[in-house]
Amino acid sequence: MQKQKDSNTDKKAFSIISGSAGHSLPEVTAKVIFTVCGVLAIVAVAVITIYMILNGMPAVMKVGIKDILFNTVWDPASKTEPSYGILYIILTSITGTFLAVLIGVPIGVLTAVFLAETAPKKLAGIVRPAVELLAGIPSVIYGLIGLMILNPFMYKMEKLIFEGSETHQFTGGSNLLSAVLVLALMILPTVINISESSLRALDPKLKFASLALGASHEQTIFKVLIPAAKSGIATAVVLGVGRAIGEAMAITLVSGSAANFPLPFNSVKFLTTTIVSEMGYAADTHRQMLFTIGLVLFIFIMIVNGVLTAILKKGADGHEA
Amino acid sequence: MKRKSDMVVRGLINLCALISVLIVGGILIYVLVRGIGAINWSFLTTQKSALEGTVGIAGNILNTVYIIVISLVFAVPLGVGSAIYLNEYAKPGKLVRAIEFTTETLAGIPSIIFGLFGYVFFGTVLGLKTSILTGCLTLSLMVLPLITRNTQEALKTVPDSYRSGALGMGAEKWHMIRTILLPAALPGIITGVILSIGRIVGESAALLFTAGSNYLLPKIDGLSFGKAVETLTATKIRQPGGTMTIEMYLRMQKGEYDTAFGIAVVLLLIVLVINFLTRYLSAKFDVSKRD
Repeated sequence: MQKQKDSNTDKKAFSIISGSAGHSLPEVTAKVIFTVCGVLAIVAVAVITIYMILNGMPAVMKVGIKDILFNTVWDPASKTEPSYGILYIILTSITGTFLAVLIGVPIGVLTAVFLAETAPKKLAGIVRPAVELLAGIPSVIYGLIGLMILNPFMYKMEKLIFEGSETHQFTGGSNLLSAVLVLALMILPTVINISESSLRALDPKLKFASLALGASHEQTIFKVLIPAAKSGIATAVVLGVGRAIGEAMAITLVSGSAANFPLPFNSVKFLTTTIVSEMGYAADTHRQMLFTIGLVLFIFIMIVNGVLTAILKKGADGHEA
Repeated sequence: MKRKSDMVVRGLINLCALISVLIVGGILIYVLVRGIGAINWSFLTTQKSALEGTVGIAGNILNTVYIIVISLVFAVPLGVGSAIYLNEYAKPGKLVRAIEFTTETLAGIPSIIFGLFGYVFFGTVLGLKTSILTGCLTLSLMVLPLITRNTQEALKTVPDSYRSGALGMGAEKWHMIRTILLPAALPGIITGVILSIGRIVGESAALLFTAGSNYLLPKIDGLSFGKAVETLTATKIRQPGGTMTIEMYLRMQKGEYDTAFGIAVVLLLIVLVINFLTRYLSAKFDVSKRD
């Protein structure tokens, strides 16, 4: 911050010497154009917010917020008695995200520890590009892998566990658990990258002090380094939550096609997968409902963003103190 | 002599790193093995046609190129301009915080939301319908933060002495930006562009409702030169067009797994090239990472 201010006063001083800076037509035009570009991000977010609300509200008005949020039956295409309850869909998105984070974060943080602390240089040189590649793989490919490998495996498990069960509806392997595993995999690169950089940003004195007191490297990692990097790791978790809750294409074909209560072996619908799989044929209120689901998702994302900003702000304040 | 608990912990750390690597390796090998057989010259140069018995993806490759180029035509000037404003013109304050906050927000919005928004705003409100143009406008918003951030990082690494020097010799600000700052920030801009290309190539949810899923090649046989140009530009971008990811998704849905894997191989190769390029660029130009 301080540096920026200095350079600004510098520029002012120089512009007085050169005389006309900031007054000629190209100068003024350039300034106006750059300002417009800068403000564009604000305009874009504002317009997106407005249109998400505008398009999400009609169904809420028509169906009623109670029948949407607290009704569990999602049967919007029914000709006789359509039902627009999305409680199970919301619960699925929350449960799915929570489980994905529960699986992905420990693996991600420990991989970050490996990269930042324990890995020999050569091995880190293999693991790091692999992680970067993981981040670059398109979500449809994760979907294909899930469909071809996870689903058949889950089907076998399902047949084993629910053999003879009369209440369980067999899904063929498209279930919550498959989707959770795909999501856990997809948040790994985010968690690893952010955790690693927060571990690397720590003052090395912390580590040396702990080692000098006789703690082993492993104790130092878990008792000193990870606690010290907790705001960075929290950021990683929140970004992971954001990525998992917003992911659509990777899990649409993997998670099943009926909106059930989120149990591991149930066929479920997420907020995102409902939109993707039904947008193509939905009409009237059903279509408007999909935009309402979009609005719910948008609200979740805004909450995630708010939490993120709070963590980052707290982290920044902590450093200044 | 190591303590037992330390050995266990060390083992766990190594195991997690191993899991990450094995998964990536597994995905690469699995997709390559299943998909490489589908790839041949005709797969890359024909369009899907039941009549001719071809399953190619040439139309989708062409659409992908269109969408990359046009999205970047919108996003690069706007993103670079925004970064220049933030770094060179703006004084620290509320406006800058608002711009940086909304840029972060834009980066955090999931692509499915961009898809819904693009469908409504560009498609319906602006009347562009489901078309390549609608898809491009949507994606340009999506990659804007990537361009802005990378340009901004690059501008930050340009030493202040460059600016003082240029201004001191009597250069006006715009002249300085054009001749000194932009060339110096070029590697950062290029990194942003390459990352954006990666994001666009892999994108699907934001394109499904905006750009649609047409897989046919434009017909220009027998047209006059002027007509052919028009077909390939003005007409083409107002028509729907599915990228490779969209086509792959649709084929998965229809159970045509062999060709879906074929497309997956093409996508993975592009991702590999892009990863290599960004690593190469950041190793070559990133001053801050150099010791």
